[in-house]
Amino acid sequence: MQFNSATSSPHMMRDDGISQLMLQLLFALTPGAIAMFYFFGWGVVFNLIVAISTALIAEAAVLRLRQREIKNTLLDLSAVVTACLLALALPPLAPWWLTLVATLFAILLGKHLYGGLGFNPFNPAMVGYVVVMISFPREMTFWLLPSTINPAALGFIDSFNLTFFSQLPAAMSWDSISSATLLDGIKNHLSQGHLLSSIDTNQQLGNLFGKLAGNGWEWINLCYLAGGLWLFKNRIIDWRIPLGLISSLSLLSLLFYLIDSEQYLSPSTHLLSGGIMLAAFFIATDPVSASTTPRGRIIFGAGIGVFIYIIRQWGGYPDGIAFAVLLMNMAAPLIDYYTVPAAFGKRDQS
Amino acid sequence: MFQLSHFKGGLVLDGHKKISTSSAIKPAILPARLTVPLQQHIGHTPELLVQLGDQVLKGQCIAKATDGISASIHAPSSGRVSAIDEQAVAHPSGLKALCVTIETDGKEQWCEPSALKQNYRDSSNQQLLNIISDAGIVGLGGATFPTAIKLQSCEPATINTLIINGAECEPYISCDDMLMRERAKDIVLGIQILQQVLAAKQTVIVVEDNKPQAIQSLQQALQKQAIDNIDVITIPTRYPTGGEKQLIKVVTGKEVPANGLPADIGILCQNVATAYSVYRAVYLDQPLISRIVTVTGDAINEPANFEVLIGTPMNELIAQAGGYTANIGGLVMGGPMMGFSLPNDTLPVTKACNCLLTRVTEDTRQIPAQACIRCGECAEVCPANLLPQQLYWYSSSKNFDRAQDLHLFDCIECGCCSAVCPSHIPLVQYYRFAKTEIWAQEKERKKSDNARQRHEFREARIAREKAERDEKLRLKKELLAKKKIEEEGQQAAVDPKKAVIEAALARVKAKKDNTTEKPKNTDNLTPQQQQKIAEADQRRQQKDNKDEAT
Repeated sequence: MQFNSATSSPHMMRDDGISQLMLQLLFALTPGAIAMFYFFGWGVVFNLIVAISTALIAEAAVLRLRQREIKNTLLDLSAVVTACLLALALPPLAPWWLTLVATLFAILLGKHLYGGLGFNPFNPAMVGYVVVMISFPREMTFWLLPSTINPAALGFIDSFNLTFFSQLPAAMSWDSISSATLLDGIKNHLSQGHLLSSIDTNQQLGNLFGKLAGNGWEWINLCYLAGGLWLFKNRIIDWRIPLGLISSLSLLSLLFYLIDSEQYLSPSTHLLSGGIMLAAFFIATDPVSASTTPRGRIIFGAGIGVFIYIIRQWGGYPDGIAFAVLLMNMAAPLIDYYTVPAAFGKRDQS
Repeated sequence: MFQLSHFKGGLVLDGHKKISTSSAIKPAILPARLTVPLQQHIGHTPELLVQLGDQVLKGQCIAKATDGISASIHAPSSGRVSAIDEQAVAHPSGLKALCVTIETDGKEQWCEPSALKQNYRDSSNQQLLNIISDAGIVGLGGATFPTAIKLQSCEPATINTLIINGAECEPYISCDDMLMRERAKDIVLGIQILQQVLAAKQTVIVVEDNKPQAIQSLQQALQKQAIDNIDVITIPTRYPTGGEKQLIKVVTGKEVPANGLPADIGILCQNVATAYSVYRAVYLDQPLISRIVTVTGDAINEPANFEVLIGTPMNELIAQAGGYTANIGGLVMGGPMMGFSLPNDTLPVTKACNCLLTRVTEDTRQIPAQACIRCGECAEVCPANLLPQQLYWYSSSKNFDRAQDLHLFDCIECGCCSAVCPSHIPLVQYYRFAKTEIWAQEKERKKSDNARQRHEFREARIAREKAERDEKLRLKKELLAKKKIEEEGQQAAVDPKKAVIEAALARVKAKKDNTTEKPKNTDNLTPQQQQKIAEADQRRQQKDNKDEAT
């Protein structure tokens, strides 16, 4: 009997593929996304819808231009993951075109200009985020008070009009709707020469503080943490990058907190504010643009943590996740070069 | 007593071993024709001893091991040599190889037993090694390295630990498992011979914990014979724990140095089936002419283990295992992780053939590879602690230098990385490609080095010959010149008048030189005196000039 299947060993392959990985990633994002929806309303959903549809259309178009297979590439869901990460990082009151521009830059410039999935040196979502952060600083501050303490939470219709038509609800101004985030508020507070212990005297900031970190934000971060731990349990992500990021950020913030608790926020506030958990488990762990060696991944994560702290504490932006990730993306090839593990039987020699 | 260690990486795979272990080892039917390839081991092809038409007896040596690394080949059954030619064999390259075809006569008539008929304990090591060598025994774990050479290669009494490998970590394969279950006593006898040859201080049989029956039967055999210098060690089931270096790491916690041999750290590994063959050779005077083959997989009707004569066509074995199921899609020799797919099933069984794995059509379908997302899952499972993903990157871009920097040649091709790749990239294939490319380049470089050396040598030779010619010419010229001078000298002797004139001329010249070269009281002169001298000189000059003019 003749056989035509001249396959090379191993003759076993895993059944699932990239799509299943991405699907699990999306699943793990849901608790955090639901928490964000709970605290910030419909704007989060509109961000997601705009980002996902833009990503899919843009990717299909660019694949067509590049004369590549379209359907299977779209189905690998990597573009959807990028879009979701981006949408969840953008402010919930962001106008539709901001999300659109960010997503286009992420997919076209961040991903396909380099050759598509697997070839991009930078995290596409963060490329998109940084582009709009630099280009539209005003719109990037369109956050609002968490629903639990917001006397004027927006309904579906109001949010829709605001996102897609920039129409404010009657008798409301931008200032009455939007609100600084905790990190932003604290930055202002400190820059005016106040001490952290005097936060309670500041009406607005006092409100923003929850039990551990920002009101609402602490829960959002804990939800992302839960999703991240589930990913880790299912071996979808590597534990080294989150561990490196969280430990370096904790250590740095603890050090400065111990030196002067009037000027520096506590580690718990740092860890549960802004997008730290989203970054640690979902963004920094993007394997394509991260370091690939085991030791390198710890260094990579730790580097992001350090840069986040530096930018938050001494930089011009309230949060610095996107810059930190991109900076470490640049360093990844170098880190890889210097952290090649010793091969079996070569431990003593190297 | 043994503190087990573990190796990094590896995979816990579904064993699928029960498929083929429900029945005892079955003797395979004697086929009408046996095709015995001469090259069934690592090393040189043995020297053919038979001719077309010869009658051969069962166990008769038909090809003798050459010097160096080689192994003898024996007739698996009695019959007539009907062909000696190149035939398709089971080899990944698909190339043909020299085979001896024997038309069996069905008598199974054994050849004369050899002279040695004494207790092996009274035999010298060299005698035992000769028996093992003459029996054509090779490592049956897969590498097929000639056993006698492996045993001889280490310095006497340097082996601390003899490890008998019964791990059998690849899924589906169960030939060692069944051998240990059914012939534990013989294996132990074989091990004792190896112990004696090596003077090993410590001997262990290592079995994965998914073979409790094999472990039990080995322990019983040891107990029954009251042997206390062999231990059975149970290790966790984890692929590729049966790899020599991985096994040593698990059992002793030591890492064999890269590019080194286990013997360098006082360890020697032998497969259980090899130990069993040693027993057959020494106790029964039977060379290696058969082996246990697992016929299994999802596309065979009656999977089982068979004791098969070397040279048996695979399809006869398949037929004996009830034939293929309807959805047969492929046949693999070896296990699913490291075996290679066969182009057809008419190839002969060799010493290396531990398993025939049938595969259903769905499993043979290639899943199209996607882009590498650098997830690093491959690095997590790599037992050689490499970065498979980086190796893939550099192998596919033909950056072979960088691939070698990343220890490409430490890859054992176990296949773990490919098996876990979410992008379904056939990683191992890329490494094989890179390795063969590098070997080819190396060969090419050697070739061009040779050519360059040849060229340089030629240039040097031409230069040397030219120099020699020049030297000869010079010597000849000198000789001629000398001759001329001598001849002139003789002429001078003949003409005395001329000599007198020459001598007079020389005297005059010398006198002249003397007069001009000896001015007196010329120190500390006044300017007036100097002027006078200058004027005198001028006049003398004029006079001389006048003289010459006239």
